[in-house]
Amino acid sequence: MDSFFVITSLLKIVGILFVVILPMVSYAVYAERRVSAFIQDRMGPNRVGPAGLFQPIADMFKLLLKEDFTPRAANTFYYWLAPCLAVMPAIITIAVVPFGSTLFGVPMIIADVNVGILFVFAIASLGVYGIVIGGWASNSKYPFLGGIRSSAQMLSYELSLGLAVIPVFLLVGNLRLTSVVRYQIEHGWFIAPFVGDWMNPWKWLLAIPMIISFLVFLIAIFAETNRLPFDLPEAEQELAGGYNIEYSSMKFALYFLGEYAAMITGSAITVTLFFGGWHFPGIPDGSHGWIFGLMNIAVFFAKVAIMIFIFMWVRWTLPRFRWDQLMRLGWLFFFEIALVNIFIVAGIMAFHQS
Amino acid sequence: MAMTVPRPKLNWRERLYLPAIVAGLAITFKHFKNMLFGHTKVTMEYPEQKPDSRLPDHYRGAPALVRDEDGRVRCVACQLCEFICPPRAIKIIPGEIASTDHFARVEKYPEQFDIDMIRCIFCGMCEEVCPEQAIFLRKDYAITGFTRAEMVHHKEKLLEIGGVIHGVVLK
Repeated sequence: MDSFFVITSLLKIVGILFVVILPMVSYAVYAERRVSAFIQDRMGPNRVGPAGLFQPIADMFKLLLKEDFTPRAANTFYYWLAPCLAVMPAIITIAVVPFGSTLFGVPMIIADVNVGILFVFAIASLGVYGIVIGGWASNSKYPFLGGIRSSAQMLSYELSLGLAVIPVFLLVGNLRLTSVVRYQIEHGWFIAPFVGDWMNPWKWLLAIPMIISFLVFLIAIFAETNRLPFDLPEAEQELAGGYNIEYSSMKFALYFLGEYAAMITGSAITVTLFFGGWHFPGIPDGSHGWIFGLMNIAVFFAKVAIMIFIFMWVRWTLPRFRWDQLMRLGWLFFFEIALVNIFIVAGIMAFHQS
Repeated sequence: MAMTVPRPKLNWRERLYLPAIVAGLAITFKHFKNMLFGHTKVTMEYPEQKPDSRLPDHYRGAPALVRDEDGRVRCVACQLCEFICPPRAIKIIPGEIASTDHFARVEKYPEQFDIDMIRCIFCGMCEEVCPEQAIFLRKDYAITGFTRAEMVHHKEKLLEIGGVIHGVVLK
């Protein structure tokens, strides 16, 4: 392992974490408040700084200065551990997502592992522990119910989440996320294959199951990140905040951070799998000059931002599902749709190749 | 009486759920877009924009004492407002006008006139009851202070808010 690799990897980790992800999380909170306000014909936070842009900083100070309260009946060790468990998986997952092509010859991905998507699912599933342990350790009824709901919900949707991406890897033939992006550069984005031989009817035939796959994946990601149509673990109106009800100060902030980091990671993976990652037609990759490398990174994060907007847009449009409806939807519809979809794609591919 | 709520029979399009979701998303996006481009009429942003110019004439703001065209405080310290005031916010200490004074025939004037703005409920009864047209509810609504003492308006403050009124006002 040469020192160049170590130094660039460290730079990438620090850069992606402290320059991109954490500011993005805090500004996602701000954006959420503004978008929700705009959808509801309000102004939203617009007082702190120009157009309220310093609001996240004020929020952070507020949360830091609040009393960090631990209930006497809580299991202290797990009570303290749970928020960390909630935020960690979301941030670790970003390590395998290619957020750019190359910059000065350095690939813009922290760890280009050959089991990319499996790593993502393995780590992202750990996110549920933060919620379940937090709900249990609080030793209170509402958090407990929230934790139970969370575990059941995650189980039901993880399955369709995993099955929904299999068509992608049937086409790519490789679990590496960089090869997914490379495939999409050559053959066009999975849900809109305009690049390359776009007149080929087989590609358009394949695009139909890809769109179904994308929709199932998107809905499963909503459930995975506890966003609104499926936010049963925290259901404000039913559980008064759910698993985070006993948390305050920075521990609550960590839960909040974890939720938004999971949203950003989910968006990043969706963009990588279905929207061509950092690719945009007409912009070459980073080997043609560092300016293009930067543009690729910008394209990637612009796509992620659009995905985050879609997350918020859906949140402020749809009401929450009822508990049994949620389970029914997960087990009886999305699971089957995703399963059938795999066979459709496999069938199309079999006919196409013969 | 027990009653069976009829469940509507949904057709396949409604059961698919997606058209309704898309319609809902379209509605919320329309609201978002209108707000983004400033087509939506929103709440007044208070400290920057103030409603002052749009307040109606009958607006009941802070009560205040007025002077007449000669510069005399119109109040004759009859204490009617003090008695009528429902929250007992007004406190008057009357004083006698010296016989050598130009206005000696008025006989009394308020030596002290305090209105406790924490207690005041802006009901306007003092204005209604005043036989001398000396106290009026002005359009000042932002009355603030850091201490309780600051929130008591003394005679000078009341006169400053009140200003001058000429002749008889038809209330």
